[in-house]
Amino acid sequence: MTSSPAPGAPPVLRAQALTKTYGDGQSRFDALKGVSLEVHRGESLAIVGKSGSGKSTLMHLLALLDRPSTGVVEIDGEDAASAPTRRINRLRNERFGFVFQQFFLTAQQTVLENVTLPLLVAGVAPRERARRGLAVLESLGLADKARNRANDLSGGQKQRVVIARALVNEPDVIFADEPTGNLDSTTGEQVEDLLFGLQRERGITLVVVTHDDDLAARCDRRVTIADGLIVGGADR
Amino acid sequence: MRTTDVVTNATRNAFRSKLRTTLTVLSLFVGAFTLTLTTALGAGVNDYVSRQVATVSTGDALLVTPAASADSSEGPTRFDPDGRQQSTQPNPLGSGTLLNADDLETMQGIDGIERVEPVRQVVIDWVAPADGTEEDRYELDINPSSSLGRSDLIAGEQLDDGKGAAQIVLQDEYVDALGFGDAESAIGETVELGYTDAAHVARSIEAEVVGIARTSLFASGAGVDASLTDVVSEAQAIPGQPEAYVLAVAHLDGPGGGAVTEEDIRQVKAQLADADLTGQTVEDQLGVIQTVINGIIGVLSAFSVIALLAASFGIVNTLLMSVQERTREIGLMKAMGMSNGRVFSLFSLEAVVIGFLGSAIGALAAIGLGSLISSALAAGPLADLPGLSILLFDPVNVLAVILVIMLVAFVSGVLPARRAARQDPIDSLRYE
Ligand SMILES: Nc1ncnc2c1ncn2[C@@H]1O[C@H](COP(=O)(O)OP(=O)(O)OP(=O)(O)O)[C@@H](O)[C@H]1O
Ligand SMILES: [Mg+2]
Repeated sequence: MTSSPAPGAPPVLRAQALTKTYGDGQSRFDALKGVSLEVHRGESLAIVGKSGSGKSTLMHLLALLDRPSTGVVEIDGEDAASAPTRRINRLRNERFGFVFQQFFLTAQQTVLENVTLPLLVAGVAPRERARRGLAVLESLGLADKARNRANDLSGGQKQRVVIARALVNEPDVIFADEPTGNLDSTTGEQVEDLLFGLQRERGITLVVVTHDDDLAARCDRRVTIADGLIVGGADR
Repeated sequence: MRTTDVVTNATRNAFRSKLRTTLTVLSLFVGAFTLTLTTALGAGVNDYVSRQVATVSTGDALLVTPAASADSSEGPTRFDPDGRQQSTQPNPLGSGTLLNADDLETMQGIDGIERVEPVRQVVIDWVAPADGTEEDRYELDINPSSSLGRSDLIAGEQLDDGKGAAQIVLQDEYVDALGFGDAESAIGETVELGYTDAAHVARSIEAEVVGIARTSLFASGAGVDASLTDVVSEAQAIPGQPEAYVLAVAHLDGPGGGAVTEEDIRQVKAQLADADLTGQTVEDQLGVIQTVINGIIGVLSAFSVIALLAASFGIVNTLLMSVQERTREIGLMKAMGMSNGRVFSLFSLEAVVIGFLGSAIGALAAIGLGSLISSALAAGPLADLPGLSILLFDPVNVLAVILVIMLVAFVSGVLPARRAARQDPIDSLRYE
């Protein structure tokens, strides 16, 4: 399934002149100084740049996890700032999937419980949660680990669990912050294959933050950030 | 998140750190345990007292005694030949001062008082079966107010002043001693009462047993009717001394012979007070006792409330640690669209679960141990007060204790839960 955006359709995500300032007075720090970009449906975008350049900050703003100091984030052409919190929460719950830099797995819970967390938040019934959770784990080759404690998995398995968690609510957009950052190159490559496979097969929009050039090169497009500004965008 | 999921998750989270939860539950346990016991004690004693009120209450009678003297002049009180006499014997119902004939007349003259019955102090030396020898004699106390109250009867009937024949209501412990088979068979039998008259001559009088009563807290001693008291008190009166009475019973009648209302009682009391007399209903007298009991129970409960207060800080602490530990989890759930309200309920429910555990276990333990103690006491030290179950576990009270503690837990959980709810997901996800 390929998904070329309908001509004239608004981009899934659009950022206009985003700034983000942390702290004030002496400790005031401008993490973003006016960033504008668009992400289209079904494309994969890499956000690259040096450490501390503001990549994660930008991703958090795009994912509506944080509010910009100035500037506008539009989702499907609609200004997010004017939407009520409830709607933003629902939007994140139903349409976004997250892969954070760390795994953020709850160690004592089972793999299945970790994976179905977005469904738990959404208020899906327990049976349905288990069914969908198992289906996702199956597709990632982790069905036999469903009842294991999350803590007992290897690093690569954990990363796949995290991706399963991002997929379980069948999102439109997946935000991945350094998805391969703490994996060895072989496992990292597997995880990349997984993500790009999903993007191709399901038409999912992929926003990947990375400083790995190889990963960035596999994306449709990349923007480079330095000191809170976009210094280069390249379409492949 | 579904409400059922919030509840199950809150419960599971409470058990995540078992040791910590157990310790917090224990501190609540102590509060719940003592609070359940003190309320049960209060309920038990008050229940007993109010049942006693029901048995001794005559409804529309006032017990009249001289007002406690409020003589403020210095030095010894000047002698008044027409004044009241002092009692030579302690008496549980009256004050030290005795009523005289003038007082009775005054009372008779008060509006709303139908008739006045003076109560005299009589001393009975012994009681024996009608045909008994000296061996069969037992000491006997007479309850001075017995002719006006009602006894808590096991068998037979109340005293009937109208009959004119000497009657007695004996306590159940005399049934065996006097050789009666059981309470029922004692009814209608005759017993002999021995007393000493004013000239120190031993005398005796026969009385018919009309009832057998349970020993009670407030009406200790046997009950005898007015005709018997009249005979004995006449013989025991010291010649030449004016008549004196421990107390008098004023029977009221409502205006136009109707029912006696609270207002009527209040008015008669006011008029009695003007005449330097104190009128009290039986409920008033027992009310004083109940006030004292409630005061004691209140102090005991205050201690358990202090224990609860300490425990509530324990809950705050436990939950703050729980929130701290789960910072990332909270951030993750919020990133996934969980609302602040749901995060708040998740943590405050965890507090409520801890509160429920502590209070339910504490209350159950209190009921278990309390029932053991209660039955041991009833068989031993409190055997003389039949009908008293010192600890009364009223389900409503127990439930109230549990609910109050769950509420305390909830309130304690508000601060940590609010902290969790207000956490910024980004800060939480950056948290190391
Ligand atoms: N809460 C905050 N308060 C103050 N400064 C912050 C805060 N969050 C981020 N910053 C600063 O903003 C800048 C951008 O941070 P950000 O996390 O976006 O960097 P990054 O590009 O993702 O770096 P990395 O590749 O190391 O993850 C950094 O200099 C960081 O110190
Ligand atoms: Mg980063």
